[in-house]
Amino acid sequence: MSTRLATGGRLTDRSDRLEFTFNGKRLTGFAGDTLASALLANDQMLVGRSFKYHRPRGVVASGAEEPNALVNLGTGDRVEPNQRATTTELFHGLSATSQNHWPSLEHDIGALNGLVAPVLTAGFYYKMFIHPRPFWKHIYEPFIRQSAGLGRAPDPEARDPDTYEHVHAHVDVLVLGGGVAGLQAAHAAGAAGAQVLLLEQSPHLGGRAPVDGGTIDGQDPEAWVEATVAALKAMDNVDIRTRTMGAGIYDHGYVLGYERLNDHAPWLAGPRHRLWRIRAGQVVTATGAIERPLSFAGNDVPGVMLASAMRDYLVNYGVAAGDRTVVVTNNDDAYRTAIILKQAGLDVPAILDAREYGGGALAAEARALGIRVEQGRAIAKVQGGKRVTGVAICAQAGAGGLLEEIPCDAVAMSGGWSPVVHLWSHCGGKLLWDDAQAMFRPDPDRAPTGADGAPMLRVAGAANGFLRLGDTLRDAEAQGREAAAALGFTPGAGAAPAAEATEEAPLAPVWLMPQGARDDLRKKAWLDYQNDVKVSDVQLAAQEGFESVEHTKRYTTLGMATDQGKLSNINGLATLSRALGEEIPQVGTTTFRPPYTPISMGAIAGEAKGKLFQPIRKTPLHDWHEAHGAHWEPVGQWRRPYAYPQPGESVHDAVMREVTATRTGLGLLDASTLGKILVKGPDAGRFMDMMYTNMMSTLKPGRCRYGLMCSENGFLIDDGVVARIDDQTFLCHTTTGGADRIHAHMEEWLQTEWWDWQVYTANLTEQYAQIAVVGPKARAVLDKLGGMDLSAEALPFMGWAEGTLGGLPARVFRISFSGELSFEVAVPAHRGRALWERLHEAGAEFGATPYGTEALHIMRAEKGFIMIGDETDGTVIPQDLGLHWAISKKKDDYLGKRAQARSHMTDPDRWQLVGLETLEGGVLPDGAYAVAPGRNANGQRNTQGRVTSSYHSPTLGRGIAMGLVHKGPERMGEEIAFAMEDGETMMRARIVSPVFFDPDGEKQNV
Amino acid sequence: MLILKCPYCGVMADETELSPGGEAHLTRHGPGSDDTEFEAYLFMRENPRGVHFERWRHAHGCGKWFHAARCTQTLEVFGTYSAQTTRPPQDLLDTISEKRPGWRWRDLA
Repeated sequence: MSTRLATGGRLTDRSDRLEFTFNGKRLTGFAGDTLASALLANDQMLVGRSFKYHRPRGVVASGAEEPNALVNLGTGDRVEPNQRATTTELFHGLSATSQNHWPSLEHDIGALNGLVAPVLTAGFYYKMFIHPRPFWKHIYEPFIRQSAGLGRAPDPEARDPDTYEHVHAHVDVLVLGGGVAGLQAAHAAGAAGAQVLLLEQSPHLGGRAPVDGGTIDGQDPEAWVEATVAALKAMDNVDIRTRTMGAGIYDHGYVLGYERLNDHAPWLAGPRHRLWRIRAGQVVTATGAIERPLSFAGNDVPGVMLASAMRDYLVNYGVAAGDRTVVVTNNDDAYRTAIILKQAGLDVPAILDAREYGGGALAAEARALGIRVEQGRAIAKVQGGKRVTGVAICAQAGAGGLLEEIPCDAVAMSGGWSPVVHLWSHCGGKLLWDDAQAMFRPDPDRAPTGADGAPMLRVAGAANGFLRLGDTLRDAEAQGREAAAALGFTPGAGAAPAAEATEEAPLAPVWLMPQGARDDLRKKAWLDYQNDVKVSDVQLAAQEGFESVEHTKRYTTLGMATDQGKLSNINGLATLSRALGEEIPQVGTTTFRPPYTPISMGAIAGEAKGKLFQPIRKTPLHDWHEAHGAHWEPVGQWRRPYAYPQPGESVHDAVMREVTATRTGLGLLDASTLGKILVKGPDAGRFMDMMYTNMMSTLKPGRCRYGLMCSENGFLIDDGVVARIDDQTFLCHTTTGGADRIHAHMEEWLQTEWWDWQVYTANLTEQYAQIAVVGPKARAVLDKLGGMDLSAEALPFMGWAEGTLGGLPARVFRISFSGELSFEVAVPAHRGRALWERLHEAGAEFGATPYGTEALHIMRAEKGFIMIGDETDGTVIPQDLGLHWAISKKKDDYLGKRAQARSHMTDPDRWQLVGLETLEGGVLPDGAYAVAPGRNANGQRNTQGRVTSSYHSPTLGRGIAMGLVHKGPERMGEEIAFAMEDGETMMRARIVSPVFFDPDGEKQNV
Repeated sequence: MLILKCPYCGVMADETELSPGGEAHLTRHGPGSDDTEFEAYLFMRENPRGVHFERWRHAHGCGKWFHAARCTQTLEVFGTYSAQTTRPPQDLLDTISEKRPGWRWRDLA
């Protein structure tokens, strides 16, 4: 059993007892524990079930690489799946549940999958669920979705109650990793004068060195770490953040850090996570190395653990994974675990060293302690189900013939070490294969480069392939100095501390144990614990022709779990390379992508949620709308009133009332959001002629013209009324959503194509409040305000005038988007509220009614006016919309003219704008398609048109719609059928003119 | 996340300040051009692995368009320059030749 020893645990505080629950069971641990160490201390070795076979899974590692010990953490709105117990710090009241089991962790029905394991081989899902085709949607997919996935997300309606934030940092040298290499590199760079930031993912600095032993400058590593950290903290130019992981490295020295501020103490105030967005001149990654498992049968049985992890639990937390531990290894490092276990008074029945030549000084030390050491021996098979009960021993050289059985309750394994090269690879660093150490390590000649083409990233210590303490520190000092020097700093005279470590015998690569393992053993030799990928699966994939490591990964799901193959990658690709008969470097690795370990969505979102998700633009009248019960509609970043429902009135009824009030009396619209772009200069006319399809240069000062803008590809992108202010000045009204885009569009052409033209543009959208005064009483109310002659003679349709209206400086544009007598009055933004209120006061006797965007839409549709974004979608040209009259035939050129001459644009078969009148009085669904006889190659119905706008018209008392229909204008009076959402029900409509109301324009002509 | 220097305001601008504008130095073909020319102008783009010339706008800064020469493979930036030119400046071309001997991009080399 796993247990807490009477003494020990350098990170735990035995005076501070913490209570927590696992699957509802009340357990205790100590301050400084991780959830994993606390679970082990309570003999809770079984922590989860695997993904596919629901095999029992125990803690296998002690850090970020843990594939098994994933738990649901927290309760209620704070529940979070897939949290690694090994990196979760214990706190009082922590609540965790295991995942991937039903009905309970101990008794799991899904484990029956294990019985049919021979069928569930690589590519099982691809092979099994392809036929019969209709089964996928209704049977296979729901079933797979039910049984798939790890953990459970919180309720979709839940809102994360925690807060998160982003922080930006600019530093000279960023060091990722706070082990001895990271500390030494930071010290070297800091001593040279560089601004240094060091990030360490765990709460502790010093990494593995205090566990692994040796001496640094004659000191115990722990004492050296303490002194070095103190020295770094004394340097003004060095900052250290613990609980902060270097998550990803990107272009030009951009690095994301992920800080967990109060995961270990949820009662603390402030943000839970912080995303560091860092720009670094140079990055040094000192991310250490991860121990590899060995591939033998039953290497997934709870109780089988990485040798280094077992050492960590013992030294750091005073926790023993078992009473009797068999150590199996291909290198000297695992002997340290055996020695430390023995010294703690635990039983180590045997060390099985796969190497014929055995180990070095550490092996001698183990023997001296009385531990039995066997060379050239291997584990044939681990015995036990939910817990190791023993191991069967065989010769490494053979096929698994039993030599002996040893009872034990834990196995410590070591297959060598893999440098953590993830961050190096994120930004394009290449790897080389180190045959002697059987590892991929960074190739310094192919480093990631920065904006200047020079290397921007260096790797230090174990991450760079230097596993011995002295080598690690020497490399770290050199990398830190070089990073500083690359930025122009002069490193001082400091040198790397001298370190002593025991001499070690060389490692022997072992990719399968025993090397010729029988079929039944290979089928139980796990590579990827979380996704249940075994040696036999990778061999099968190779046999079936998956030669590329990337394809094999996807076919077998090797390395695709939440741990992204931190333990399984190298063993998996070594297995593949052997199956293919190729060398490991030829097979290569899969791609490492950020983040290094999963980071929270909350951290990515930062403050950008709720009201801060996007800035809201408000017109000068916003507060009035708010106070008068506006039902809001987001239009781009603006909020516009959709309608103003009165108490007890539905939104729909309000819209109907607003249309009728406007058509019969007086309506007022806040049109301030419309874009207002000033175009000015000697070449303004020439420029306007290029921007618009219309001839704008001939527009007389004092007059307005409705204009269309197209992209160079010919498609209609915006429309609006242009007013000519004077000979050299135009005021262009754009759509609400188009103002910034169109201003940018104008600037692009001015700056990049016609830079010699003398034209300036300014986006004045927010400088003016603009109010549309609409309806038969529009002139009457403006006359009441007084100050300008707005008679039909003085200000005819499509004219504009400047003056003082009711004491306010105003421009009055006589333009109409409703078909009514209509004036748009622009005043300086800060006078907008005054004008709006005066119009309401003066208009009271005419029934002045504020109306919103929906009434605006209905009235424009009744008149057959198009709306950008409704009638256009980026594939529509003005000619489709019957707007030939707005396209100048006299001009040689305008943006889009050449494009509109292409054969497809002039094709008479294009869908064109018509009005649609429903036969039964209903309202066509927006976007509905008109069906045509026959079906296309995909078996879908042919179509002959679609609805672009559709409303109930209170003016006409029936549904009206506009749509694009094949040869529509030639088919007036014809009835066509539109498919409803079910694809079967039809609604019939008659093709009519899109102008439903007042076709002769009599209402505005007064 | 690139950093490009805006040649107008001199700022070392983070990519979040910039908006991309596609390939640089296109020659506009308007009415009168034949279909092939027009298609090439509108749609045909270089897709080099290596030296590339692009248009960028300092959208959340001074608002100016500019040109950038960079390596699409290593993201090395050779330089940025005015938008008001139909050809990269000679000293920039020389710099690129020094760093990437034998490079070609359209008719430039």
